[in-house]
Amino acid sequence: MASKVIQALYNDDDVLMHAVKKVRAAHHHIEEVYTPFPVHGLDKAMGLEGTRIAIASFMYGCLGLTVAIVMMNYIMIEDWPQDIGGKPSFSYLENMPAFVPIMFELTVFFAAHLMVITFYLRSRMWPFKKAENPDKRTTDDHFLMEIGVHDNESELADLLWETGAVEVKVTEKES
Amino acid sequence: MYTFSNRLRIGSFIAMAAGLLFLGIGFVSAPSTVEEAKAMVASAHGDDHGGGHAEEATGHGEEQGHGAAAAHGEEHDASHDTHLLHQLQNRPWSALYVAAFFFFMIALGVLAFNAIQRAAQAGWSPILFRVMEGITAYLVPGGIIVFVILLLSVLHMNHLFVWMDAETVAHDELLQGKAGYLNPTFFLIRAAIFLGGWIFYRQYSRKLSLAQDESDDDSNFIKNFRWSAGFLVFYLVTESMMSWDWIMSLDPHWFSTLFGWYVFASMFVSGITVIALVTIYLKSRGYLENVNNSHIHDLAKFMFGISIFWTYLWFAQFMLIWYADIPEEVTYYVARFQDYKLPFFGMLVMNFAFPLLVLMNSDYKRVNWFVVMAGIVVLLGHYLDIFNMVMPATVGDQWYIGLPEIGGLLFFGGLFVFWVFTALTKAPLQPKRNPFIEESKHFHY
Repeated sequence: MASKVIQALYNDDDVLMHAVKKVRAAHHHIEEVYTPFPVHGLDKAMGLEGTRIAIASFMYGCLGLTVAIVMMNYIMIEDWPQDIGGKPSFSYLENMPAFVPIMFELTVFFAAHLMVITFYLRSRMWPFKKAENPDKRTTDDHFLMEIGVHDNESELADLLWETGAVEVKVTEKES
Repeated sequence: MYTFSNRLRIGSFIAMAAGLLFLGIGFVSAPSTVEEAKAMVASAHGDDHGGGHAEEATGHGEEQGHGAAAAHGEEHDASHDTHLLHQLQNRPWSALYVAAFFFFMIALGVLAFNAIQRAAQAGWSPILFRVMEGITAYLVPGGIIVFVILLLSVLHMNHLFVWMDAETVAHDELLQGKAGYLNPTFFLIRAAIFLGGWIFYRQYSRKLSLAQDESDDDSNFIKNFRWSAGFLVFYLVTESMMSWDWIMSLDPHWFSTLFGWYVFASMFVSGITVIALVTIYLKSRGYLENVNNSHIHDLAKFMFGISIFWTYLWFAQFMLIWYADIPEEVTYYVARFQDYKLPFFGMLVMNFAFPLLVLMNSDYKRVNWFVVMAGIVVLLGHYLDIFNMVMPATVGDQWYIGLPEIGGLLFFGGLFVFWVFTALTKAPLQPKRNPFIEESKHFHY
């Protein structure tokens, strides 16, 4: 990551989308785009890869289902197969309908919660985390595109002004 | 404009002819006397054994069921023999009824979907309205055929509905108690009202839809919106009652409160599947140029979601009855567990596990052959669903998927294809002046 970055501010998401496409067409690497709300199609325009969080969630769901089955098979069938109201505790299959609500709920529980935790971990979000915000206006009504500078400051600045930026500035990036 | 391809037309005629032939064989080979029935069962006994063992081998085995069935076969008192005769005589009738109802309910499910899309003012689906209207065209002949079968039942041409038999009712206090609702005259009047209402909405909505193309304001569209919303109210009430009348009353001692919803879910998912299949077919022939894979994706999402909704209702009905185990309710499932293991559990795999795993992935829902494959399995699964609702009450353990059943599927499948694709040739496949048509053309997800 370049230590020096150029930041262009926009005040319209359509202009931003066009700018992203132009900058990509000129073969500059966009390091980050900050927006106050999800801009539809921005990830495609930036060429970001699709998320795999749904696949993770599916696997977590399978894990939850397994936990439910193993737990209830052990408790209800193997450890102490009591006769409770005439329910057939001879084998798991025979009493399975009674376990389905729990199997379903645990599948959803695991799939949902572990997926959310995965999301937090992958996007590095936690309480007391220092906000990484280059410009406060990007949380309200401005869009910011950040590009690394490699001795091509003025050329980049020209390009960005051309794309309809309302403000272009060069800053040192800490880290 | 769509032109009906000759190959498809000829194919549908062949299917109809073969279906009629198979059904005819089924009716001719049904026994007419007790002796014939006994001889048939005796000769088929070897097969039954094989079938029973095969089912046990699939893992749902319960020795009890097989033993009971065998013991049942040994009992040879007179009343049992008449019972057997009626079961065997019912078989071609049930095959006819299951197939007739199955294709009719597809058209009805599409009609409900169409009304929902109009009432919800969906932006993605108007481009598919003509496809839906084409499929609902089958409602008219399909509904009339179902009505005729019900009429023939009332006229004692068959023993599908036991409560129609005055002799049986005379000895059955439960049926006497229900006679206020379950009596032949009222039954036919209800059926006529249901079918009349559905067919009226179908024809009127179609007329408004076509008129909207030619008009210069949106008044037809608004009228159609209001009629659709009204129809949905009518439909929810009548569909529920229809399921009590036409299916639940086959087991007149049994009752279930969510049965109407359960039948609805079955017809809804079959209907949506058929919309997807017809759309993919027309698209592959180059007729629906503005339909893109996002439309297919949406339909596949509906197939996926409603398949799970169906399973939810199936399980809710089954589990409540299994859990409480009240004798007067549980017989319904006992009969199916003992004699219908393979279709009963096979249907769960086809209607739940298969679409769940195949249609979960968002990318696969855009792949035509994936949707077609899932669609065929879902349709067959829902045929089995209707089969499992009707057959245990009418033929009991004498069921078999043979000539009459396949003949019913072929005949009504051929008629369905012929009627639907003929209706599709009657109007341009893309509505012209629907207020949402531009949005629908550019729909992208």
